[in-house]
Amino acid sequence: MNAALRQSLARKVCGSLSVLVAGEACVLRCSGALWLPAHGALVAADLHLEKGSAFAMRGQMLPPYDSRATLDRLEAEIAALDPATVILLGDSFHDTRAIPRMAADDRARLDRLAEGRDWLWLEGNHDREALARDADAAGRLPGRIVGDLSLGGLRLVHEPEALSADDDRRGEVAGHLHPCARVAAYGRGCDAPVSSPTGRG
Amino acid sequence: MTELPPLFADWFASRGWAPRRHQLEMVQAARDGAHALLVAPTGGGKTLAGFLPSLIDLAERGPKPETGPGSGVHTLYLSPLKALTVDVERNLTAPIREIGLNIHVESRTGDTKQSKRQRQRDFPPDILLTTPEQLALFCAWEGARSYFADLKCVILDEVHAIWSGKRGDLLSLGLGRLQAYAPQMRRVGLSATIEDPDLIRAWLSPGRPSPLRGRWAAKRLGWGGCREFRRQWVRCPCPTAASTPPSVSLREPPSPARGKEGERVRLVKGDPGAAAEIDVLISEGKVPWAGHTGQHAVPEVYAALQRAKLSLIFVNTRWQAEFVFQQLWAINDDDLPIALHHGSLAAEQRRKVEAAMARGDLRAVVCTSTLDLGIDWGDVDLVIQMAAPKGSSRLVQRIGRANHRLDEPSRALLVPASRFEMLECQAAREAVAANAFDWEPVHIGTLDTLAQHVMGVACAEPFDMVELYEQIVGCGPYRDLTWEQFEEVVDFVATGGYALRTYDRFARIVRTQNGRWKVRNQHIAQRHRMNVGAIVSAGTLNVRVASRRGGGGTRAWIAGRKVGEAEEWYFEQLTPGDTFLFAGQVWAFQGITGTDALVTHASDKEPKIPSWGGSKFPLSTSLADRVRDMVQDRDHWRVLPPDVQEWLELQEARSVIPDAESMLVETFPRGSRHFLVAYPFEGRLAHTTLCMLLTRRLDRLGVGPLGFVVTDYALAIWSIKPMGDIDLDALFQPDMLGDDLEAWLDESFMMKRSFRNCALISGLIERRQPGAEKTGRQVTFSTDLIYDVLRRHQPDHLLLKTARADAASGLLDVARLGQMLARIEGRIRHQPLSRPSPFCVPVLVQIGRERVGGDAAEMILDESAEALIAEVMEPSA
Repeated sequence: MNAALRQSLARKVCGSLSVLVAGEACVLRCSGALWLPAHGALVAADLHLEKGSAFAMRGQMLPPYDSRATLDRLEAEIAALDPATVILLGDSFHDTRAIPRMAADDRARLDRLAEGRDWLWLEGNHDREALARDADAAGRLPGRIVGDLSLGGLRLVHEPEALSADDDRRGEVAGHLHPCARVAAYGRGCDAPVSSPTGRG
Repeated sequence: MTELPPLFADWFASRGWAPRRHQLEMVQAARDGAHALLVAPTGGGKTLAGFLPSLIDLAERGPKPETGPGSGVHTLYLSPLKALTVDVERNLTAPIREIGLNIHVESRTGDTKQSKRQRQRDFPPDILLTTPEQLALFCAWEGARSYFADLKCVILDEVHAIWSGKRGDLLSLGLGRLQAYAPQMRRVGLSATIEDPDLIRAWLSPGRPSPLRGRWAAKRLGWGGCREFRRQWVRCPCPTAASTPPSVSLREPPSPARGKEGERVRLVKGDPGAAAEIDVLISEGKVPWAGHTGQHAVPEVYAALQRAKLSLIFVNTRWQAEFVFQQLWAINDDDLPIALHHGSLAAEQRRKVEAAMARGDLRAVVCTSTLDLGIDWGDVDLVIQMAAPKGSSRLVQRIGRANHRLDEPSRALLVPASRFEMLECQAAREAVAANAFDWEPVHIGTLDTLAQHVMGVACAEPFDMVELYEQIVGCGPYRDLTWEQFEEVVDFVATGGYALRTYDRFARIVRTQNGRWKVRNQHIAQRHRMNVGAIVSAGTLNVRVASRRGGGGTRAWIAGRKVGEAEEWYFEQLTPGDTFLFAGQVWAFQGITGTDALVTHASDKEPKIPSWGGSKFPLSTSLADRVRDMVQDRDHWRVLPPDVQEWLELQEARSVIPDAESMLVETFPRGSRHFLVAYPFEGRLAHTTLCMLLTRRLDRLGVGPLGFVVTDYALAIWSIKPMGDIDLDALFQPDMLGDDLEAWLDESFMMKRSFRNCALISGLIERRQPGAEKTGRQVTFSTDLIYDVLRRHQPDHLLLKTARADAASGLLDVARLGQMLARIEGRIRHQPLSRPSPFCVPVLVQIGRERVGGDAAEMILDESAEALIAEVMEPSA
């Protein structure tokens, strides 16, 4: 980590960290989410909804409370920040058949949270197919499904790409490399994997 | 008088033997079709007595039919140790060959090759020798019913070592299952050390469900017992929607005439052997004030080894074994072949030691309880117990390792490590002479184990819920299982038992059309079979010698040769560079990668990090009673060494000698701190729990407790403000086992550990998956997460309740603490002092020895024991 970046890391009262990535102010929330104040956008990655039931399907009865707990944390962030945009950075669902497995009240809660906001699902390696299927079934999920996304100087993707030396001005925000919350510097930019609110992978 | 068939009588005569009385009584029990429990000393032909009826029966049967009735297993032998099955197979082959019987004996353990296992399934041997874990696996076999239909007898060896605890639960459930397959089956238990045979008889007996009896009830009123107890009195079986409800109550109301299940098991007692010769080693006529290793006596122990042919030196922990081994080698001028044997060593290394013992290549082995049980590895003529034995039953077991001839006395040497241990050694010696073994509390069947059994049954064949319930309440530990509890377990097995019912469609067991339950598919059954058993090893790491990759700047270590395995918790407190003792050498710790602890050779002679040296076994209740009695009985003091007598007299002069019913509490200032020392004699576990709860209370009282330390005999707490004016009766009120205990449990790490075990045994987490085995570390991680999730979302989940009960009984000894608090209520003898008393020296010395963290670390208490003793010995002003 270079000195300039280290200086730009300043502790906030709530315990979150503010960093500058490619000139964009990024607030790393203790929940593991990323808040982009200039865009009013809340970014969370790797929710892995319905992970418990994915195991149960195979006969290992892990507690079915993980989706509920994840939505609790997402709801708390939304209540705190009231974001205009919510971006879910891929692997929001644990596996291909996760969406229809969701309990009805969890599903309804998702709809409620998305109300009045721009809600974006990025595709991840786990849920690309799940999202595609859901889209086929008349788009029952709230919001829109996107491949990748640029926001100001930031590029939002699920899986980080290897950067070459001349890419040094590009700011990339990625999920996938959870649960370790790492901040790694490439030149003057920064690659800050956003850890999932559940912190599990 | 029972007579043996001529073939057998001739064999005895040809060996120059006569059958012993208890052997004939066992034959008679078989002729009468009675279950039996044989209690006979080691060397009394116990194993033969167990097998003799089966050998006779098989000899009379003639050639075994290839198929159909009579072609199955005749006798199943179960022992707690794999090694014991191999040993018994060898011992059994001799008479079979010499008598010329056509009997086929085979053993089967986790190590048995797949091809041999398959052959055993296709062509059952007459006698199958195996372990309880294999029985659990048999119960999950498809076709188990027909495989065991011919079973005539089950022999449980070393039954005292297995009946209580989760292995015992699983074994008991397995026996119930076998009995259902083969109603004619006899149950036979063998043991050398049982204090209360009736308890084991009741456990062993196949029983009709029976209500709680006064005697059982009195013993089981441990933590939470009361509530549970009352609940069970008022329950009645509730029909479920789909199963056929029983038309009458499955339980009869309690009546004094009932509850004698144990009477169906005939008790056969062997004649006592020659009394053991037990000496206590007093090094240079002195017993140290404090300590726990017996290090002071190592030269004399070495001298004793030189005089004996083969000695076993028993210690109470693995680390102690390492320590004593190192100490002996440091003075091993004769280069005696002295070996080390404990559970952390790699299996190959242990096999090597055992083989060397059997060949007679060794003169001494330093060992832990891994060599407690009845295996004959060689001609041991001396057993040495370093530090106090902690229980008379264990001592008898260990002494039994020396000299397997009944008519000659076994020789044993006890090495007390401190003055209280001197009292304990003397008490143990008297207990053995009086044939008084340790008393054990009744054990209540655990529900995680039951869940495993229910799943196993469903894997074998579809079951009817009411039928299975009746079978289970016929098993000793589960006699008081309520129908509601059973339903809860079945629901757990099916869907995980969650209030959020989203998993119903994924259920692991499903209802068939005729209302029976069966496993959903063969894949799930196969995974269950891979995970049976009730032994969950503590998270262990492989200890590997590390070397550096490349030169210069790279810091990566490469794991090399495996030295052994050790508990994860030990390494979690180390930082790289710390040195410690393991496998007889000093190592430097370098780090943990995956499941390996990386170490390098260290040049230090003394390890930097002391290993926790105390016993892992708590002082047994009966031995503690004897020690308490001895302390207050001045006439009894005369048998003790002079310096110990003086110490007791000094205690009487400076403080007070409490009577056996009271508990002494001393308070005194020392340095800038204030001390409270109590002497409950209830063992480390119960004392630790007590201290945890007392310090919470003291904190609320505003005296600022800073730390505590315990031994098997005493506990000491120190604080900022004096504790002399506190109402001690209120402080030690048994109600601390209510909210204070709950609050502490919720915060403690122990609950997570205990939950992990329950999650593994109950099958919530499967350790072994086809293809890959989850490592201990991964399992710890994910069960911790599940624990947190359940606590938040479903605090009354079955596994949380089970984990809590386990922690209370096993890790915390809450039941014992409860009994003790009740005993001392209104009987606390408070003695305010101006300085430390003679009795408190051993526990105070402990403070400097143990690593203390947090607030207590600032305390300057690392002064030598000598300074403290001088202070105590100083004449009164």
